[in-house]
Amino acid sequence: MSIKIEDLTYIYNPKSPFETKALDRVNLDIEDGEFIGLIGHTGSGKSTLIQHMNGLIKPTTGKITVGEFVMTNEKAKLADLRKKVGLVFQYPEHQLFEETVYKDIAFGPKNLKLSDEDVDERVRESMELVNLDFELLKDRSPFELSGGQRRRVAIAGVLAMKPDVLILDEPTAGLDPKGRDEILEQVKFLHEKYNNTVIFVSHSMEDIAKLVDRIIVMHAGKIELSGTPKEVFRQSARLESIGLGIPQITKLMERLREIDTDFNPDIFTLEEAKSEILKWIRSNKDA
Amino acid sequence: MGKIVQIKEVTFLYESNDQEEALRALKDINIEIDQGEFVTIIGHNGSGKSTLAKHVNALLLPTDGDVLVKGLNTKDEEHIWEIRQTAGMVFQNPDNQIVATIVEEDVAFGPENLGIIPNEIRKRVEDSLKIVGMLEYREKGPHLLSGGQKQRIAIAGVIAMRPDCIILDEPTAMLDPSGRKDVIETIKKLNKEEGITILNITHFMEEAVDSDRVIVMEDGEIVLEGTPKEVFSKVDTLKKLGLDVPQVTDLAHELRTEGIELPEDILTVDEMVMELCRLK
Repeated sequence: MSIKIEDLTYIYNPKSPFETKALDRVNLDIEDGEFIGLIGHTGSGKSTLIQHMNGLIKPTTGKITVGEFVMTNEKAKLADLRKKVGLVFQYPEHQLFEETVYKDIAFGPKNLKLSDEDVDERVRESMELVNLDFELLKDRSPFELSGGQRRRVAIAGVLAMKPDVLILDEPTAGLDPKGRDEILEQVKFLHEKYNNTVIFVSHSMEDIAKLVDRIIVMHAGKIELSGTPKEVFRQSARLESIGLGIPQITKLMERLREIDTDFNPDIFTLEEAKSEILKWIRSNKDA
Repeated sequence: MGKIVQIKEVTFLYESNDQEEALRALKDINIEIDQGEFVTIIGHNGSGKSTLAKHVNALLLPTDGDVLVKGLNTKDEEHIWEIRQTAGMVFQNPDNQIVATIVEEDVAFGPENLGIIPNEIRKRVEDSLKIVGMLEYREKGPHLLSGGQKQRIAIAGVIAMRPDCIILDEPTAMLDPSGRKDVIETIKKLNKEEGITILNITHFMEEAVDSDRVIVMEDGEIVLEGTPKEVFSKVDTLKKLGLDVPQVTDLAHELRTEGIELPEDILTVDEMVMELCRLK
């Protein structure tokens, strides 16, 4: 499902001393099946932007089109939109509330008025997708699981709605490296399996560089940069100037390019850096 | 130099009703921390690092063994307030640590409870906010601040108690890169300029690079300990534990397996650039 955003502006607390323009005439096209990484530091407007995509807030001015669905300030049938767009919030495990893992994941599908068999099917399927053992965990209280497991239960609850667009707001925040890598792997797997539109919000350039088709960088309520990871990483000075951390490898390759301009500018993974440096050292030795 | 924290053969069991066996979260841990030292503890979730931190200011008491803070045993109830004043703690979520509706009132909360006279409190609040670089926000509501700013307010609240030692339990886990940088700069400053002993618990390896000593925990035990260079040169061990190493350290390690003569203890981009130029 594609998303089209036209001239979107959003103002918090309008006509009060706290008036803040969170989004400032944003234009954005996301194609069906695209895997997007949305980056920006706190206050850049990225959370406000994704909240528009499933109708949690309405634009102050401008228009959002998600598939067939059009939302402006006036008209909107939001329930339909929310069935299509699944949003996993930051720290989604804080929203678990049911007595058992099964009931928590089944809550969404039940509200879609599906039959018990269909609900059961969806719970099983979504638990499998996030790598949780159905038989072992279905009757457990979500509150006795580990942090990483709880987060996966929360994500399964959103997947059980079978959204056409999946938005994850910093799904790896607060997890340790192992938990983080597991979540990253699963999001990648999901996207490959269903080819749905995925929007992955993150602070971390490292996390999403290897994952996504396109990176969108937000700053001060506007889209600052948009392009493939390679295109975006090439602008490292600009990224740093808006307060985004750039990976050590990117910094290293930039420094090496200052020394020898023969270095390939499009390197941002460890493997690529390794072979490029090997090539450099070996060619130097031959010379 | 005096030992500010001494952890002697500490074992800690979490009792649970459903499980037959209690969970041994700490197993016979020995650590001594010098006055003024900057120690980083890393380890993944469930490794026991937070449990250990909570022992240092007597939020938890050892099942076996002893914890001494400035020579005082945490098991000694009469010393508990003195211990908590010596060793202040900062937690992961800034929102859970702020109690007042105005920044300066929040920072004053600790000293007020110590029964300090108002003039002195005012001075301490001002000093503490200055140290964390938040003085200009003194009259703001904490809810209007960013996560990193809130965390610095929480740190100011601890400094206002004039502790000798601050324990930070993943203080940057919920922050964005710029917030994380501000908090880390603040912690380093407290250590270097104010001489406060720091015990920082983190997942982020880059935070460990500038500390005096790194302790790696796994399954309730200390598995590695040493200077950052000593610890991070054990790339394979750290990876096996599911921990990250700085990217350039990892890269140096990979290049070494290809026969490139690089030292194992490269931690920063600058060091890497220098070493590569030397090879040229």
